Amino acid sequence: MNFEAMKSIYVFEMARMRRTLLQSVISPVITTSLYFIVFGTAIGSRIQTIDGVSYGSFITPGLIMLTLLTQCISNGSIGIYFPKFTGTIYEILSAPVAMTEILVGYVGAAATKGLIIGLIILATATFFVDIRIAHPFMMVVFLVLTAVTFSLLGFIIGIWAKSFEQLNIIPMLVVPPLTFLGGSFYSISMLSPFWQAVSHFNPVLYLVSGFRWSFYEIADVNPWMSLAMICVFLVICLSLLGWIFRTGYRLRS
Amino acid sequence: MSGADAYICGKFRKTIPSVKTIMTPIVSVEKLTKTYGNGFEALKGVDLAIEQGEILALLGPNGAGKTTLISIVCGIVNPSSGKVLVGGHDVVKDFRATRSLIGLVPQELTTDMFETVWNTVSFSRGVYGYKPNPALIEKVLKDLSLWSKKDNMLRELSGGMKRRVMIAKALSHEPKVLFLDEPTAGVDVNLRREMWQVVRDLRNTGVTVILTTHYIEEAEEIADRVGVINGGKLLLLEEKTALMKKLGRKQLRLELTEPLKAVPTSLAVYDLTLAADGLSLLHEYRDGEGQDTIASLLAGLAAENIHFRDLSTRQSSLEDIFVELVGEKA
Repeated sequence: MNFEAMKSIYVFEMARMRRTLLQSVISPVITTSLYFIVFGTAIGSRIQTIDGVSYGSFITPGLIMLTLLTQCISNGSIGIYFPKFTGTIYEILSAPVAMTEILVGYVGAAATKGLIIGLIILATATFFVDIRIAHPFMMVVFLVLTAVTFSLLGFIIGIWAKSFEQLNIIPMLVVPPLTFLGGSFYSISMLSPFWQAVSHFNPVLYLVSGFRWSFYEIADVNPWMSLAMICVFLVICLSLLGWIFRTGYRLRS
Repeated sequence: MSGADAYICGKFRKTIPSVKTIMTPIVSVEKLTKTYGNGFEALKGVDLAIEQGEILALLGPNGAGKTTLISIVCGIVNPSSGKVLVGGHDVVKDFRATRSLIGLVPQELTTDMFETVWNTVSFSRGVYGYKPNPALIEKVLKDLSLWSKKDNMLRELSGGMKRRVMIAKALSHEPKVLFLDEPTAGVDVNLRREMWQVVRDLRNTGVTVILTTHYIEEAEEIADRVGVINGGKLLLLEEKTALMKKLGRKQLRLELTEPLKAVPTSLAVYDLTLAADGLSLLHEYRDGEGQDTIASLLAGLAAENIHFRDLSTRQSSLEDIFVELVGEKA
């Protein structure tokens, strides 16, 4: 095991986050605060409570998930895409380091960043609404599993992408609609039966629902089902990466 | 000589062996082929043994397969077939052992624009699995005249400085084998000199250096052996001096005082070429076989009452040899 290499990549990536503090930390905090103000006041004044939870508190887990998914995918993808883009990847490919170790360095850093931002948003939320965490352990489990899974997805996108446009397609065009339609801002029980059924095909529903359950013990789907689904996504990402590393897809010709 | 002196000499001979005494090559390439996904055959069966401690120059036109060969040895490209050993280890199966012996300075100037010189060089050492060693990094940066720039971001550096940084990165993990892929492309004279000094110093510490270059005079100046690659094949691999001797031609040029209409029949045996203006005579011969002929040629000229005002000889350079080889077999 080349621990020194994993550490170097991890530290390098975290340093990049410090350099881009405004973009990577301040901007998601401001965006989330705006969600609280706009959704919380405008819609919250009409909905008031969902399953006994005030609207502002209800949307908090969904907002954290929205940011966590976007950030983990972006950080995980840019981390490996940028060296590919500039050409500095030659060094990592020619170093005595296994692909799994490279993965641990990049994905570890991306997931850490995602988690830090998620926790900052959670802290920000307490300024606006009452937060109660019924199952702190499960909350951390959901948070960490989601962060790792989506950083892995980001890493895959980073390897696959051949342009900055492709790099941004998923975090910009796929994640936000799925999150908005995945019950971040409402309970799917408020939808018609048809749209409820459709929502069950949305993977983000399981993430948000399980995560919200760890806060308020209210859920659109069984929390164990949520946990199982996250594990399924994790296994899918790991299998894809296994194939990528075996074939050298877009890394080693 | 005292016993201790003899011991030291003996030890010295052991630690810095001459090129010829080493039996196992540090890099050995056997029947190596590479066909890329698009069907391009970059290497068509290359065999190459690189001795420890030598400076090997690989010459070849663009697209000859030099970079592919280096990339396979370094682990960036997977071989299609064949075998590559570095330090006796297989580059695919035992990549950790081989890659930790190798330093690579690629052709393209690729740098992390927003990193400082110090950080990027330290990062390289870490990725190769070595614990931080600030003293070593300091030495490397000073040797390459980069010390004053250590806190600068890479994007602020000139092209030549970036090239130095890339060399520093490769030296940060103390490689035993150093690959320099066209290191002097776009580099000024000063840096080129400094770089060759670094290369010679490295060789003196036992590091094997493999470089590719378009500047043939450089290969001529610095290399111990020269390999010529073209069309994915190694056309030739020779010690530089032997190569120059074997293929090198000499040319004797005589500037005549009076124009000559034709070469006199008495001189036909000497294989002379008369220039169009009739004012110069050319005689080609192989290095080492000219002495007698030249003397009798000059005597023959005197007998024919042909006078010359100047005489020069010229040895064909590696460049001539190279152009001839590549032209012939391409």
